[in-house]
Amino acid sequence: MSILVNKDTKVIVQGFTGKEGTFHAEQCLAYGTKIVGGVTPNKGGTEHLGKPVFNTVRDAVKTTGATVSMIFVPPAFVGDAVMEAAEAGITLAVIITEGAPVKDMQAAKAYATKHGMMTIGPNCPGIITAEECKIGIMPGSIFKKGNVGLISKSGTLTYEGANQVCKEGFGITTAVGIGGDPIIGLSYKQLLPMFEADPDTHAIVMIGEIGGDLEIQAAKLIKEQITKPVVAFIAGQTAPKGKTMGHAGAIVSGSAGTAKEKMDALRDAGVRVVVSPAEIGKAIAEVLGKK
Amino acid sequence: MNIHEYQAKQIFAKYGVPTPRGIMVESVKDAVKAAEELGGPIWVVKAQIHAGGRGLGGGVKLAKSLEEVEKLAGEILGMTLVTHQTTAEGKLVQKLYIEDGADIKSEFYLSVVLDRKLEMPLIMASTEGGMNIEDVAEKTPEKIITVAVDPSIGFQPFHGRELAFGLGLTDPSEQKNIISFAQKLFKLYMENDAEMIEINPLIKTGKGEFIALDGKMGFDNSALGRHPDIAAMRDLTEEDADEVEAAKYGLSYVALDGEIGCMVNGAGLAMGTMDTINYMGGTPANFLDVGGSANAETVAKGFEIILKNPKVKAIFVNIFGGIVRCDRIANGILEATRLTDVNVPVIVRLDGTNAPEAAEILKNANIKNIIVGNDLGDGAAKAVAAAKGE
Repeated sequence: MSILVNKDTKVIVQGFTGKEGTFHAEQCLAYGTKIVGGVTPNKGGTEHLGKPVFNTVRDAVKTTGATVSMIFVPPAFVGDAVMEAAEAGITLAVIITEGAPVKDMQAAKAYATKHGMMTIGPNCPGIITAEECKIGIMPGSIFKKGNVGLISKSGTLTYEGANQVCKEGFGITTAVGIGGDPIIGLSYKQLLPMFEADPDTHAIVMIGEIGGDLEIQAAKLIKEQITKPVVAFIAGQTAPKGKTMGHAGAIVSGSAGTAKEKMDALRDAGVRVVVSPAEIGKAIAEVLGKK
Repeated sequence: MNIHEYQAKQIFAKYGVPTPRGIMVESVKDAVKAAEELGGPIWVVKAQIHAGGRGLGGGVKLAKSLEEVEKLAGEILGMTLVTHQTTAEGKLVQKLYIEDGADIKSEFYLSVVLDRKLEMPLIMASTEGGMNIEDVAEKTPEKIITVAVDPSIGFQPFHGRELAFGLGLTDPSEQKNIISFAQKLFKLYMENDAEMIEINPLIKTGKGEFIALDGKMGFDNSALGRHPDIAAMRDLTEEDADEVEAAKYGLSYVALDGEIGCMVNGAGLAMGTMDTINYMGGTPANFLDVGGSANAETVAKGFEIILKNPKVKAIFVNIFGGIVRCDRIANGILEATRLTDVNVPVIVRLDGTNAPEAAEILKNANIKNIIVGNDLGDGAAKAVAAAKGE
């Protein structure tokens, strides 16, 4: 078992024939992901990496029955691509592209929600169900099959966390890189209950960072609904204040946003909070019992 | 990206948001000329720097004669302003804004910002104008009114009424004025991909008109490509020179106070590396994310920027290769040692894509000063020890 994606998930790629799209689609195919085609306007009817190319997402979905789209289009076109996927009946869009304007994501996410489409990202490594399905840019070889679910705002900390978990003799069910932009799709709040419901997931690693209050919301939810052990790390305890956050933005959630506040809230919810990401593997071994 | 007050007011004027008349100048001579042109009888001489709290720091002064304008302009231009929003070193004042004095009856606060929880823009207003809004939020949160505006319907009259009544405005013409003001401000927020607009104070005149006495704007960097006019307002002298230089090479750099230089891929791991160094008793000298397209040249540049800081006693290169290939980073380290005199110990931890190839490259190069870190914890511990001269 796993969450959201598995070996049978049919995936299309938006921005299929571009440099990034091509490179990563190739890697995903090599991992075993069922990529059934891709979309590049004006290249419909051709083949790429041995898979059919379509002009529109609607055509691709109609012909292939794909339910998930991996999006690699350039930043200025991300909003459009997400809305097109939602309209065409895709149920999960994984947005890898970095640098999409916030205003576009705001509109696109609202539209996706209206159409019942989930989104992951933007600016994220994607999602991987170990040894079954990789939809994203993470190095697949790190992720061994196991019983730990992972949710992370940071790409490289996803790899760091998964690598440590596997080195301790455990493995990953599904790992989701949710991205660290101001507006993101699926977050801890939706993903934690999915891992709670997945019988193969026995513990969850949650990696957050400064800014916003998603981790605080997660702490509240963990306290109320999550029975499985959670290990958390919050990046940015030593980050200087006010460096990336706008002045007026800091006020919206009151004092929310510091690493300390998030760590305290998570500890209060019974989460095993580690001070350094180097301790993630050891903490998992502690909560699950040494292998 | 942030802009100056005088630039924000140019944008306000374009959208019909009322501001006092004013002229930006860069010399005392031009300051007097600007004051003559505005006519007086009262002027405000305002330092233009990218930080709030200018008034308290002595960067905003009232003048009642041309002689006084000349005197104040001479005092403020070239001064180093320290406010609660600048660093301890402060910021050099290179530009002034000479503005008409205003008839202030009362002061308000108004801002538009993205609410990340609601995922829509939020208008915030308060009768406590001129105060530090964070203090107001802490001490008297009931004095802050918030109105979220769903961009799919835009600013509606009911949003305006919520604001007007929330601010306790009972005069119908004053209500009309504030609604029109907020409507225009929201339009310019959306159309320019602003990240935030803050007007503090927003003043009400004796005639019941609302005027933006101050103006602060920040923009979504990801959207600057479609706003060349706004991108052109960037003032590089207001930004950290090393950060600007690093950005040219796709590096994201922030200077800190410590002794261990950090070079990491990914913002999260970069922060996590700083946290780990701190946890092990060391102090990070900087945040540096080499990004996803790191190559030999960018890594060499990163070394150059880190080594410019005389406090650096060791460098910790921590790479977990996903898109970034470790062999490229290893070649970058070799390149850096060729181009620059790397005179401090360099602890290198390379994991992930092509890590074995990278280890081979470093081994064969046989450079002094390079210490291999086996994982994040080991690398950080060795960096902390090296910085302490152990």
